[in-house]
Amino acid sequence: MKLTGAQVIWETIIQQGTTTVFGYPGGAILPTYDALVDYRDRVHHVLVRHEENAALAADAYFRATGKVGVCMATSGPGATNLVTGLANAMMDSSAVVAITGQVASHLVGSDAFQETDVTGVTLPITKHNYLVMDVNELPQVMAEAFYIARSGRPGPVLVDICKDAQQKMVDYEPITSVQMRGYRAIKPHGRQNLPALLQRAKELIDHARRPIILAGQGIKHGNAHDEFRQFVEKSGIPVATTLLGIGVLSEDHPLNLRMMGMHGEAYVNQAIANADLLVALGMRFDDRVTGNLKTYAKNARVIHVDIDAAEINKNVPADVGIVGSVKDVLRELTPLIEQRSYPAWMEQINEWRADTRAHDVLNVQLPEDMLLAPHVMRAIWEETQGQCTICTDVGQHQMWETQYFQHTRKNQLITSGGLGTMGFALPAAIGAKFGRPDDEVWAIAGDGGFQMSIPELATVMQENLNIKIAIINNNFLGMVRQWQELMHNHRYSAVEMWTPDFVKLAQAYGMCGMRAANMQEAREVIRRARAHNGPVLIEFVVEKETNVFPMIQPGKSLNEMTRRPIQPAALGGGMEFMKEKA
Amino acid sequence: MLIDRIEAQKNPTKHTLVALVENKPGVLNRVASLMRRRNFNIESLAVGTTEDPTISRMTIVIDASKTNAALVERNLYKLVNVIDVQDVTNLPTVVRELALIKVRVADAQHRGEIKQIADMFQSRVVDVARESLMIEVTGEEQKVDSILGVLQDYGILEVVRTGRIAMTRG
Repeated sequence: MKLTGAQVIWETIIQQGTTTVFGYPGGAILPTYDALVDYRDRVHHVLVRHEENAALAADAYFRATGKVGVCMATSGPGATNLVTGLANAMMDSSAVVAITGQVASHLVGSDAFQETDVTGVTLPITKHNYLVMDVNELPQVMAEAFYIARSGRPGPVLVDICKDAQQKMVDYEPITSVQMRGYRAIKPHGRQNLPALLQRAKELIDHARRPIILAGQGIKHGNAHDEFRQFVEKSGIPVATTLLGIGVLSEDHPLNLRMMGMHGEAYVNQAIANADLLVALGMRFDDRVTGNLKTYAKNARVIHVDIDAAEINKNVPADVGIVGSVKDVLRELTPLIEQRSYPAWMEQINEWRADTRAHDVLNVQLPEDMLLAPHVMRAIWEETQGQCTICTDVGQHQMWETQYFQHTRKNQLITSGGLGTMGFALPAAIGAKFGRPDDEVWAIAGDGGFQMSIPELATVMQENLNIKIAIINNNFLGMVRQWQELMHNHRYSAVEMWTPDFVKLAQAYGMCGMRAANMQEAREVIRRARAHNGPVLIEFVVEKETNVFPMIQPGKSLNEMTRRPIQPAALGGGMEFMKEKA
Repeated sequence: MLIDRIEAQKNPTKHTLVALVENKPGVLNRVASLMRRRNFNIESLAVGTTEDPTISRMTIVIDASKTNAALVERNLYKLVNVIDVQDVTNLPTVVRELALIKVRVADAQHRGEIKQIADMFQSRVVDVARESLMIEVTGEEQKVDSILGVLQDYGILEVVRTGRIAMTRG
């Protein structure tokens, strides 16, 4: 079959099962957009308003579906605009293929119009990238790109394709299996004696008295939810999840303690700090999870399972390090271990949990004219009964969402973890909605992050996407302000934020806009938004200067949390709950 | 990184990694970029072709007091174009380095002495000029270091070293 390079691109995308592509056309990618006309019945192209959002939407599409997300941009500025989105996919291990147009091959290196060394620019923020100057390489490269993106530890792959390579003809046969000389999806360090490692892991588990499982996103990527739940229930070991691990086990499961780390609930971090065994599955001991490494879980042995050999012994030394997919490893490990429970350990954890509850901001009876973000999160959870996909931005609201929305559905939360990309929520909700068209999708963003992605409201309208957008407006860059308050002696610097009238803004886009400034209004607008069959933007006007607690300040240990003071419900709406106390 | 230091203190030697990589444009850049962004400290990196023209061979020397060699090895494997990596530090290996050394020659007597030194190190004089001599020396790094030490008294004008290359025996 003779096809143009441009047709090969679309054929490969369709063959790989991706049905939505997020992109923005331009000169060097014109032949590919021309070919799109003939493929429109099989693949839907979403015209974003900024290429960064194409990459972020593709990232969320992957997380919502497990299918490789695809974004597309032209050369030069189009491609450089992808950078933040690709870095986001790299940090959070999302399978994304980015297609960029490049100037014609005879012009490469001549500083031609809109020429940028895109493979050079994206080298450190992609799992791999290609520059295709000869159309004959294109079928193989496209197949490899998808294979590399989704296999092993997933990641973004960029394919930069010269304009003439898109135009020229090539013999094309669909490539069904990829053989590569160097790349191995899973590559243990040296020879791995798996039976011996599993036996050693079993012994550590057998001897543990205060074990805890640290569950990460690797469980999601490997679709190992079932194997994981079986392991948890047989071992009887309580589970703490990372931010991206939220959704690997229902948060109403009695053994799920919920999120760990900088803003994890106090009892979760107390449990980790006092554990004698960490069973880390598909997580990478990020600094936001560990705090000070020197004091991190000092008395614990460590079993670390990860698909990426380079993560073992990177931050925390492992007594048993196993390179492999969590699914495969647990299938072997679960039958070896004994059915157990840890009553004394759980009792201790529950004691800490009760103490945590006493500090809970939800205990505060809000005055009628006041709204707090945690209460908004809880209201969204209650009103939706937790039956929705949530895409959050980055900052205070993101942490409150993890604390006050109980995630019971598989892979329910889509958020930017490792890179912490502000402006993620709206494009992510767009990508997630295309991936899960029948699901209720909420984008939750702060006023800062949302203002980075406002242009995508036009995309939402153009695609007539039924998503609900919640803006938590405190007229501050809340998390930065919190750090300035707690760590920079209250010296606020460039954190106050003027915001537009978000309701009018929504209306300007032809979108339903609403505002809530107290609890009654909040519940009311959430109900009305859900009843409305179409996109809705809600502004929640919340208290300006509140902090996310508990907080492990950077470089501190897990047991040096800054806690919220206890606020008995009886005291009513005093403001003391907002002040920190060590 | 913390572990780096703990590992490194246990193992205060130089590590030699031999990597076989696909001979494609940009592969050296990918390896160098990895070392830079992971803050790996490398002493030398030598690249050349092999018996298979589609494969290049890199010899990378790591100062293990600063960088954990196992971490470098595992990260190298993550590069798609890297076919194989071997830490040959503790294997029987032939290790060589080539250096060109330009030495100042003040008078005829010095020229004779330098020639003698070169002979003693089984190295060769490859260029003779009115005020300098160029010596080619091959061997392990210590040998190159020694001849440089001896020649220092005459005044070394220029030195170029290839960095270590290594091949396991047998």
